Amino acid sequence: MATPAVSASAPPGTPAPAPAAAPVSVPTSVPAPAPTPAPAAAPPSAGTPALSSDPAAAAATTAAPGQTSASAQAPAQTPALALPGPALPGPFPGGRVVRLHPVILASIVDSYERRNEGAARVIGTLLGTVDKHSVEVTNCFSVPHNESEDEVAVDMEFAKNMYELHKKVSPNELILGWYATGHDITEHSVLIHEYYSREAPNPIHLTVDTSLQNGRMSIKAYVSTLMGVPGRTMGVMFTPLTVKYAYYDTERIGVDLIMKTCFSPNRVIGLSSDLQQVGGASARIQDALSTVLQYAEDVLSGKVSADNTVGRFLMSLVNQVPKIVPDDFETMLNSNINDLLMVTYLANLTQSQIALNEKLVNL
Amino acid sequence: MASRKEGTGSSTTSSSSTVGAGGKGKGKSSSGDSAVKQVQIDGLIIIKHYQEEGQGTEVVQGVLLGLVVEDRLEITNCFPFPQHTEDDADFDEVQYQMEMMRSLRHVNIDHLHVGWYQSTYYGSFVTRALLDSQFSYQHAIEESVVLIYDPIKTAQGSLSLKAYRLTPKLMEVCKEKDFSPEALKKANITFEYMFEEVPIVIKNSHLINVLMWELEKKSAVADKHELLSLASSNHLGKNLQLLMDRVDEMSQDIVKYNTYMRNTSKQQQQKHQYQQRRQQENMQRQSRGEPPLPEEDLSKLFKPPQPPARMDSLLIAGQINTYCQNIKEFTAQNLGKLFMAQALQEYNN
Repeated sequence: MATPAVSASAPPGTPAPAPAAAPVSVPTSVPAPAPTPAPAAAPPSAGTPALSSDPAAAAATTAAPGQTSASAQAPAQTPALALPGPALPGPFPGGRVVRLHPVILASIVDSYERRNEGAARVIGTLLGTVDKHSVEVTNCFSVPHNESEDEVAVDMEFAKNMYELHKKVSPNELILGWYATGHDITEHSVLIHEYYSREAPNPIHLTVDTSLQNGRMSIKAYVSTLMGVPGRTMGVMFTPLTVKYAYYDTERIGVDLIMKTCFSPNRVIGLSSDLQQVGGASARIQDALSTVLQYAEDVLSGKVSADNTVGRFLMSLVNQVPKIVPDDFETMLNSNINDLLMVTYLANLTQSQIALNEKLVNL
Repeated sequence: MASRKEGTGSSTTSSSSTVGAGGKGKGKSSSGDSAVKQVQIDGLIIIKHYQEEGQGTEVVQGVLLGLVVEDRLEITNCFPFPQHTEDDADFDEVQYQMEMMRSLRHVNIDHLHVGWYQSTYYGSFVTRALLDSQFSYQHAIEESVVLIYDPIKTAQGSLSLKAYRLTPKLMEVCKEKDFSPEALKKANITFEYMFEEVPIVIKNSHLINVLMWELEKKSAVADKHELLSLASSNHLGKNLQLLMDRVDEMSQDIVKYNTYMRNTSKQQQQKHQYQQRRQQENMQRQSRGEPPLPEEDLSKLFKPPQPPARMDSLLIAGQINTYCQNIKEFTAQNLGKLFMAQALQEYNN
């Protein structure tokens, strides 16, 4: 692999691109003491040197602003060229994005609910695939561990076994990192992170705040980077990454359905019948349309200042309804309705046929 | 410490409220003989299923884990089976299952096996294999169900997840392994009574609800409105194609059965004639004073033809029924959509 050679040439001591050298040097030069648990408020240098062009291994961190924002801001594809230079404030020029599937979060919450008595948090392994520009986490499993004031023990055998089993089902998944519930990154996290860095190059650490501090369940991802004065003992810092949510189509629909339980008093819902679903979907569109209408009225009456981009979107929306000559539309509509009716008739006919056959056979 | 109280608090409230909710019994329950009246699924399962299926178009199978509470089956976790892509002789499914369950027990996940699940292609799941598997499961574990989910239908916008069990009558027939027409007639099974559908209810814990709120705020993925799409002919065409194939199979089966019936009746007639001739001969012999001919074993002379196994035709009928149901649902939805489009267009003009 080209990676080790490249990073080995850049000595870990160089100040600005130091985080770039992190992947290989982390396992070797991280001393246990003096880790900085807090996620960095001021990100270190944002330079993603030539390493970023390497698809397989983990590249440097992003200089993302502290909060995870899955907003529409462009996920900042890694540029193929190096970006040397000092730290850039503001939006990051390039780096890793972590794409999470909702199944991960649901599993984490579920294992948190099932944790042993006395355990304050749960940890587990993240599985997924690595892509040129992003890391996609598609599966996870929890790993039993014991944590006390001064020591932490993780059952790595178990983790290995589970990984083997999971590999049989989906051979493409790799160990990407680990997760933990809880609000902060503690000292033990560094140790556990070190365990995991033996399994995967530059592992990702995901925290899910199940203690609901600030009234929200914050979900954050970190990568560890070196920091400190070159030539002396180096410390480790966890730098945040952008978290985005990725769904397969079917997942999206499943999640939508589950969201409905938020509104029912028992948190129980049943599956709805066919026409109800169509009704539901059209109600949603109706809501969206009324919001748009409201906005248009506000703009007209001067309450809200007009925005050209929104105006253009609205224009394209209105133009999407096709203008069809009414007669043509009638014919199309009628032929479609005829098809559907015919199929319904055939289906009913078939059903009565087999019922009849059944009766005859049993005579 | 506040976090732990929250966590344990929520888990206890969830278990107590499930007992409470069971009394309300959402949805109509199926025929009362069975042990399970309702299946309750954690939201986690639904996401997991669809996440696995999203990776491929092959049939995905797996195991359901959970527990039984009164007459309700609660499913709390699941894991998939690996595909049999390579002919790996030393791959042991049972061992895989055992290992998984043992590992899951370490992390306090319910390790009780309560059923299995399978994905299906356009609704074609009523096969002999499914019947056998479900029978062995139900035989071992009284309350097990098989969850069928249809990824293609779900991609069109509506979650398609159904839970089935074998009816008690069918269980008895399978136990005796006697699939001849007489036995089936005695048991009085029609294709409608082979599988019973159990209503499904989804439940989430409080913490997962919190998670859902978070996701809703954060995920900027645009709402896909496939449910309202009018392009239906492809799906309909495929459904009809499968239906046609099944009907062909069914007609072949019927022809076979008819020939069998005809053969049996012909044989009866031949037997009858033979008996009569025998009797006549005997009478003649008696009149002439000779000893009567011995009664020959009729069954050896006339071997009765093999009755065709009726189970296959039952399965085919069941499958056709499912297809028809699916088609009807689909057309109902589409008709609704078409009428909406018409209303929209009229307003436009």
